[in-house]
Amino acid sequence: MSAQTQPNPWSQRQEPENNNAEQLANALGWFSVGLGLAEIAAPGTIAELIGVRDDDRTRALLRIYGARELTAGIGILARPQSPGWVWSRVAGDLLDLSALGSAFNSSRTNRTKASIAAAAVLGVTALDVYCAKQLSQVSENGEIETRKSVRVKKAMVIGRSPDEVYRFWHDFSNLPSFMKHLESVEVTGDRQSHWKARGPAGRTVEWDAEIVEDQPNSITWRSIPGSDVDNSGSVRFERATGGRGTLVTVELAYAPPAGVAGAAVAKLFRAEPAQQVEDSLRALKQVLETGEIAKSDASIHRGMHPAQPCLKAAAKAATA
Amino acid sequence: MKANCWMGKHDVRVEQVPDPQILNQQDAIVKITSTAICGSDLHLYNGFVPTMESGDILGHEFMGEVVEIGREVKNLNIGDRVVVPFPIACGRCFSCQRELFSLCENSNPNAWMAEKLWGHSPAGLFGYSHLMGGYAGGQAEYARVPFADVGPIKVPEGLSDDQVLFLSDIFPTGYMGAEMCNIQSGDTIAIWGCGPVGQFAIKSAFLLGAERVIAIDRFGPRLKMAREKGRAETLNYEEVDVLETLKEMTGGRGPDACIDAVGLEAHTPSLVHAYDRAKQALMLETDRPIALRQAIMACRNGGTVSVIGVYGGFVDKFPMGSVMNRSLTIRTGQAHVQKYLRPLLERIQKGEIDPSFVITHHMRLDEAPEGFAIFLKKQDDCIKIVLKPH
Repeated sequence: MSAQTQPNPWSQRQEPENNNAEQLANALGWFSVGLGLAEIAAPGTIAELIGVRDDDRTRALLRIYGARELTAGIGILARPQSPGWVWSRVAGDLLDLSALGSAFNSSRTNRTKASIAAAAVLGVTALDVYCAKQLSQVSENGEIETRKSVRVKKAMVIGRSPDEVYRFWHDFSNLPSFMKHLESVEVTGDRQSHWKARGPAGRTVEWDAEIVEDQPNSITWRSIPGSDVDNSGSVRFERATGGRGTLVTVELAYAPPAGVAGAAVAKLFRAEPAQQVEDSLRALKQVLETGEIAKSDASIHRGMHPAQPCLKAAAKAATA
Repeated sequence: MKANCWMGKHDVRVEQVPDPQILNQQDAIVKITSTAICGSDLHLYNGFVPTMESGDILGHEFMGEVVEIGREVKNLNIGDRVVVPFPIACGRCFSCQRELFSLCENSNPNAWMAEKLWGHSPAGLFGYSHLMGGYAGGQAEYARVPFADVGPIKVPEGLSDDQVLFLSDIFPTGYMGAEMCNIQSGDTIAIWGCGPVGQFAIKSAFLLGAERVIAIDRFGPRLKMAREKGRAETLNYEEVDVLETLKEMTGGRGPDACIDAVGLEAHTPSLVHAYDRAKQALMLETDRPIALRQAIMACRNGGTVSVIGVYGGFVDKFPMGSVMNRSLTIRTGQAHVQKYLRPLLERIQKGEIDPSFVITHHMRLDEAPEGFAIFLKKQDDCIKIVLKPH
């Protein structure tokens, strides 16, 4: 049975609409990175392009502006759904415009080129403002955010037989071994289970779920109606071509209601739901193919950490 | 322990850091006896590789003695003397089973970063940015080696560190560069770049049956090594028109295969949407895939261009018309080191090659910062530096 034909409790609900704004944010992020690198690497060429005098002071300033662009770009790419970094681009645009404005009064400035540059910056500013506003609407209005369901579909080939993968997944207590956001899943009955997930700020979110479909090649589960976290999921296990193992396809949907827990969960799953599911599938693949999830000196830390050993983290990772 | 850490552009420092520990049960900890500075470390040193963090331990060419093993390690014992390949590979995934070890699907914990930049992720590498996994490198007193049953190769006592150390990277890399040329008897192979990898590509091309090898560089000591140790004919591209000269030397037909052992120093992270604008601004500055373009234009009709020099992002003005209309084959890759360890160790044991010929400098680990500086500037005729941590 294919997942498309399975009952979906949120088929009537509204799909997320801020994808366009996120896509635009992504584009602006890459733009920032590119421009930033150009300003850092070739300030002379940039100065020439925008028609301002190419001297040490201009180059130094352009490098600083480049660093700012780069930071904003990386910030946006890291969190394209958050308006903060896009607003920082707007502020940066205003800085650029004022710098161009003051350069305009200098006799050494090529005014035609500077005007073209200013027009270009104005165009980008308009885009930035539009994008930041769209994103702000979505994230500042809790109603919109919490009512929206998030749906994700990801697939991965795993070098084990469909039966082996099915059996591993079917024991839901195995799920936390590869789904990083889950603290535990306790099997409480033939088809029932109790789920605990790590929420933001150390909160724990809990709900009960039941298996609604159980076939040798697919499992579908959903939270018990009335749960804090309205969610469902399905996974299919199909033979990959040429005996290359199993094509595992996961579909998840979350529709947290309004309320504190709901908002927290929304935040949790909205962070990067598609990435999260992909990471989980990759971890499942590692567990089934190699027996463990490969760790690096940096990856065992929650945030960024240099690639060098850390005694505390190592002790923690060893017990985990 | 002491370790050579990347602190920023042109800034590496030997710092005191915690000793590595077992993180996965298939890990081993190796006490390093020899470790080298690679030409590709200079890309990091020059700040061109994205996702480096201040404090990252560098180094991906190292060997030493196993001092600790995880519960699941079966093939190694404490006290074994091993050389460690620079790609980290699980040995069990789709890629590893096809001996494409540098494309292991399970060894890069930061695969998502690489996917954003390149579409799919290659294997994790030691000491080579967070994009490649965020693994601490081997320019240190000790290193943690994941998947220890798959990577490290035990080496016999009769061979010195200097003879086997380069099995970790540059010998297999040069060898794979030559192997990808599918050399037939009578073939002429042209090699751009006479750094350590280029030197091994020259030797390997002869080992694999090439009749002539023409090596191209501009640094006198490197060209001299190519002539004297590698028996190659050499061209200094600052003195001759490479394309014209290669034509003359091959009767107008061109070399049967060309190896790019240079890469793109100024490789930048991928720019995607910003690319057009950045290209416009940077065109004069990133005009760097000169070797690759030349290798393509020089290659004979139906020949092979083998790329082992490192590239990171995008190149401009790639002569695709020449590739397509002249039926060229382009083959590439980070070396699948694990595949070559045993056969190349045998070649060393039989005396067919002594890889220590590329070494120009031995230094203490403490001197790594000085080593990077002279290697970068090619001072003191520097070609290859080996560091001793203990």
